[in-house]
Amino acid sequence: MSEKQLIELIVNGETHELIIEPRRTLVDVLRHDLELTGTHVGCEHGICGACTVLLDGAPVRACLIFAAQVEGHDVRTVESLAHADGTLNDLQQAFSAHHGLQCGFCTPGFLMLAEGFLAERPEATKEEIREVVASNLCRCTGYQTIVEAIDDCAARRRADLQARLDAHAAQSA
Amino acid sequence: MSPHEPTFTPGGTWVGASVPRREDPRLLAGRGRFVDDIHLPGMLHAQFVRSTVAHGVITGIDLSAVREVPGVVAAFTAADLDLADITAVLDRPEPEFVPTDMPVLARDRVRYVGEPIAIVIARDPYGVEDGLEAAVVDYDVLPPIVTDTRALEPGAPLVHDNAPANTLLDVTMFATEGIDDVFGQAPCVVRVRTKTGRQNALPLETRGVVAEWDDRDEQLRVQTCTQVPHQVRTVLARCTGLDERSVRVLVPDMGGGFGQKCVVGREEIATAAAALRLRRPVKWIEDRKDALTAAFLAREQRYDVRAAFDADGRILAIDADVVCDMGAYSCYPFTAGIEPLMASAEMPGVYRLPAYRVRGRAVTTNKAPTAPYRGVSRPQYVMVVERLFEKAARALDMDPVEIRRRNLITVFPYTGINNITYDPGSYLESLNLCEQVLHDEGWYERKRELAGRDRVLGIGYACFSERTGYGSGAFAQRRMSVVPGFDISEVRMDTSGTLTVTTGTLSHGQSHETTMAQIVADRLGVDIARVKIQQGDTDRVTYGWGSFASRSITIGGSAVAAASVKLADVLREIAAHLLETHVENTELDGAGGVRLRDDHAKRLSFEELADVAYLRAHLLPKDVGPGLCATASFDVAGDGTFSNATHGVVVELHPGTGQVEILRYVCVEDCGVAIHPQVVEGQCRGGIAQGIAGVLFEQVGYDENGEPSCASFMDYKVPTAAEMPEIAIHHLETPCAFTESGAKGAGEGGTIGAPAAVLNAVNDALRVTGVELDDTPITPEAVLRALEPA
Repeated sequence: MSEKQLIELIVNGETHELIIEPRRTLVDVLRHDLELTGTHVGCEHGICGACTVLLDGAPVRACLIFAAQVEGHDVRTVESLAHADGTLNDLQQAFSAHHGLQCGFCTPGFLMLAEGFLAERPEATKEEIREVVASNLCRCTGYQTIVEAIDDCAARRRADLQARLDAHAAQSA
Repeated sequence: MSPHEPTFTPGGTWVGASVPRREDPRLLAGRGRFVDDIHLPGMLHAQFVRSTVAHGVITGIDLSAVREVPGVVAAFTAADLDLADITAVLDRPEPEFVPTDMPVLARDRVRYVGEPIAIVIARDPYGVEDGLEAAVVDYDVLPPIVTDTRALEPGAPLVHDNAPANTLLDVTMFATEGIDDVFGQAPCVVRVRTKTGRQNALPLETRGVVAEWDDRDEQLRVQTCTQVPHQVRTVLARCTGLDERSVRVLVPDMGGGFGQKCVVGREEIATAAAALRLRRPVKWIEDRKDALTAAFLAREQRYDVRAAFDADGRILAIDADVVCDMGAYSCYPFTAGIEPLMASAEMPGVYRLPAYRVRGRAVTTNKAPTAPYRGVSRPQYVMVVERLFEKAARALDMDPVEIRRRNLITVFPYTGINNITYDPGSYLESLNLCEQVLHDEGWYERKRELAGRDRVLGIGYACFSERTGYGSGAFAQRRMSVVPGFDISEVRMDTSGTLTVTTGTLSHGQSHETTMAQIVADRLGVDIARVKIQQGDTDRVTYGWGSFASRSITIGGSAVAAASVKLADVLREIAAHLLETHVENTELDGAGGVRLRDDHAKRLSFEELADVAYLRAHLLPKDVGPGLCATASFDVAGDGTFSNATHGVVVELHPGTGQVEILRYVCVEDCGVAIHPQVVEGQCRGGIAQGIAGVLFEQVGYDENGEPSCASFMDYKVPTAAEMPEIAIHHLETPCAFTESGAKGAGEGGTIGAPAAVLNAVNDALRVTGVELDDTPITPEAVLRALEPA
């Protein structure tokens, strides 16, 4: 067993000090030390994507990263998605509306994958979304409704942005 | 329908409306509670020392170094824990069925790579892994039996000394008199020989358990992800010698099961026994490697089947030989007979078959044992039967859809050659609609057009029905000695007028918290927000059989409905008394109250009635006791109800890579009344995805030493969104006459139809080559070979 070390993690905007073994993975720290159990573990070898979280805004596999590696970086988990009053955000609502989840085990991974992807490519086509959805595994849905949920959410976000731009333009005119 | 706006059916009922799922908010917020999310004070972590050989005698287990590893708290062998074996039996004499014992931990013999030998317990999951590395097990290696053909060879070494010819089940059924003459005289006889790959049901959440002894309750409290909590309790009590009262099994949120979790696992018993011994909470979470190699597998079967047809394409007889490679042990409670008995009993399926003979065998091999997996043998025998019809159509130069039409059961109820009575379905209608859809979408035209341009397209179908809702009678017919079937539900109303409803079924993705609440809401005339379904707690739920075999809505849903109706009667009786009228003059008002039939203004809300039932019981009618609670059970009389579907698939074969691309997938399904259409579609699509996975991608391989070749997702090819097609679903509705809601099961159908439809489409595409593929999964290599110019 190796020496423990003190690290500082920023998760969902909150800073935590932890004393951990260097071999401790980010997903284990999130789940078992910080008790943020929304992030799940499906394979521990980076294929299934159930542990996907955002690292400085980009989706990563939390099972393939040591917690010590992300000191000082911004980590976001599924627990950060809902609004402060507990209501679900638009992406979460789209998953529910399209029945994009059944058992719900893979869902946090897909949510964080989509959240990261849509932030980077808000104009993504349905085909591009399907390609990105292929990063993670789901055993229940056959993926179609996950793709539809993300596509719907993206379309709504674009429409919302356009409406705000239009309103702004109207105001300035 | 816009998915954001749940629609309600014109009748204003909850049943039939795709309401938002009750499960969703917590699962989407990351606030579900799965077994690995449970942290108990002082909790220890367990893993298993597992066999590294497929077959051997254990000559020594040395755990002394394990116990020295920092962080390790204990390590136990079979001798240390002294648990009774898990033994699943059928009510059949030897040699029809040979019972075999599955020890919780291997004692002196190991029978597959990954078999648990010892449990190691440490303060954290990392320490357990350190501990495992220090374990020393010595074996005298025995020759492994890795294939079913080797298992059946005369003189082959025995996996179980008490199972001659490595055969755990051997039955010949039906054997219509004169069947050999039918084959002798028939103008057309076709034959299908096929082998299907060993698969992993692969719930994305692996198996796991947290167990602790509770001094206050004097109970072993076991939180485990299982589809069958009461069966785990029964086996755990038997293995440890505890009374069943002293075991409480609770099921947290569960990340899928698909059958792998509908049998009792050795590891969950061993972990609980270790917690009992240590008097400390112990958690075991299966890692993916163990889940891929040592968890219950399924589906490896070999068929040799002949069918006789007359010159007009009418089927005359089927003669089948089915061999299922069940691996090293019989699973509890179903036994190794589950797959061959399912195939043998149900194979005639949707067709009017005059003569039938089947031999079904379960052989034991040195591979991880098997459990029922979504569809249980039906994906395979449907594939075989559908291939027989395609082959006969070719031999007789008939249209493959037309030959099916001529043979489908169209008059119901229909009692088949297999002594099963089929309740009404839409066999012909679903086939006609499915064919129509593919025609209307222009796929036949497209296939013809592209054929001239070296594009290889094929169209394939699968027609099938699926018995859903096996009652005690149907399982008893299989001669199970532990007979599942009934379900019991209790509906309780509290002083707020809200409802708590128990069910012995166990949702793990199927949405029962929503769909069962819909059933209750309709029966009592309340908003579903006022109904909470309670499941997965053996102390709170009366003995039940969990969720498998598409039984939950048909049987569990019927029990829930029946209990609700009983409670409604009590509410009306109290209301009648308080309103000073006869109960016949009252009715539910559909808005959480009881009113007078002829004067709707005279009404008492459920809150008011509950207030009397609990807090002012002196006001109750004389013959009504205090409290508001009703219990009802439901069992299926007779042969159960059959859901049916036709799947139609268009594939394109890519000559460069051998890839099978699914261009179009159409499913026409009939599960009777759909409680929640969106959930039904979800079950269909998810099932189809697993069927496609089986026919095109997944296979657990073994080398000649019995070493499994799939220890990670690099080797076990689970399809992603890139491989899955869009799936169009059309609904037909033939209500079930005897379930309380008219619903039939919808859990497995997708998985059952997909392999046959895809395989038929691939063979349709290969028609020009003269090559036929019958084994699955269909590999790119096999397609490439088939496409090579002769």
